[in-house]
Amino acid sequence: MKPVDPTRRQFLAAAGGAVSILTLAPGVLLLAPAHGRAPDQPVTGKVRWGLLIDTTKCAAGCADCVAACNRENGLSGGTRPTDPQWIRKVELKDRRPGRQASLPMMCQHCAQPPCVDVCPTGASFKRADGIVLVDKHICIGCRYCMMACPYKARSLVHEPVTGQSPDVPRGKGTVESCTFCVQRVDRGETPACVEACAAARHGAMVFGDLNDPASEIARRLAAYPSTRVRADLALDPGVRYQGI
Amino acid sequence: MAGRAVFAGLIFATALGAGWALAQERTAAAGRVPKPALAQAKGDKCVDPTDFMRRNHMQVLLHHRDRTMHEGIRTPQHSLKGCVECHAGPQSGTVVGGSDDFCQSCHAYAAVSIDCFECHAARPRQARAGARKP
Repeated sequence: MKPVDPTRRQFLAAAGGAVSILTLAPGVLLLAPAHGRAPDQPVTGKVRWGLLIDTTKCAAGCADCVAACNRENGLSGGTRPTDPQWIRKVELKDRRPGRQASLPMMCQHCAQPPCVDVCPTGASFKRADGIVLVDKHICIGCRYCMMACPYKARSLVHEPVTGQSPDVPRGKGTVESCTFCVQRVDRGETPACVEACAAARHGAMVFGDLNDPASEIARRLAAYPSTRVRADLALDPGVRYQGI
Repeated sequence: MAGRAVFAGLIFATALGAGWALAQERTAAAGRVPKPALAQAKGDKCVDPTDFMRRNHMQVLLHHRDRTMHEGIRTPQHSLKGCVECHAGPQSGTVVGGSDDFCQSCHAYAAVSIDCFECHAARPRQARAGARKP
């Protein structure tokens, strides 16, 4: 994809990237976020959020998405076994031809999430728009979901947390994972990792509505081959990869 | 032996007297019942009448929490973030931590533990140095 001229990008962001403004009558404007839902309306199954990662554009050693995730969600960024990690970079190597690929791995937001199946309290749940979350108010920290997840996407918070972001409550003794930056998605923005990847001109991540045939992600999935990681499990993940 | 007992008694009586006088002084300063010290909140009025909020804020927050978590409804009315934004102490900048801070002063008075802020931020978002998206 051609890099976008920054002035044009800014203009698009201001004019209609995140919010479309419709003139209903002179002086009356309707501001609608990209998901087309009023702020007081519940999410519906009409939308299914998905993420497409083009691994051919994802450079080994680049961790812009991980840094952005940590910043947005108030994670420490530490890599000790007890530090929560919502995205991690994975390096793949096909030994015989020696082909290498690098990709970010996070919660795959499955349509049939095993973490939800096993949760004994109902804390692990899938929102109507396909985002898989943990309701930390009812999570008891049993970590059954962490065992069930084939992507190792979830972390338990082992230590007391201070200085949380007002939008991202986090606390010791609960399980957490990538939320697709649900607080941003509800405002009509894209997840922090996607924004950071685009801002650094990597363009390896596309976020959008899988159910909308006109969305960029749906058009690219229709046009080019893509992979579901562990497709054999038939979990129908919302995160798809290209080039692996 | 008897002398020692009388001496001990005298010390005890003096201590009791001093304690009583101190308690009297404190009561006189704060009225008969010690009241929670509530800092003035930002804004003109609360999202609901004060009497209603005093008795029902926990139900209101519980209801809104489920709507936000499960349905993605993030309206400012009855959101905990909204409470914190208005009620953070002008000096301390938080709703818990000090005996004068809004949530804590009342919860200490009512002897009800408050767990919200073990996970939720007790301070409003600080204006970040970098420009935010429009």
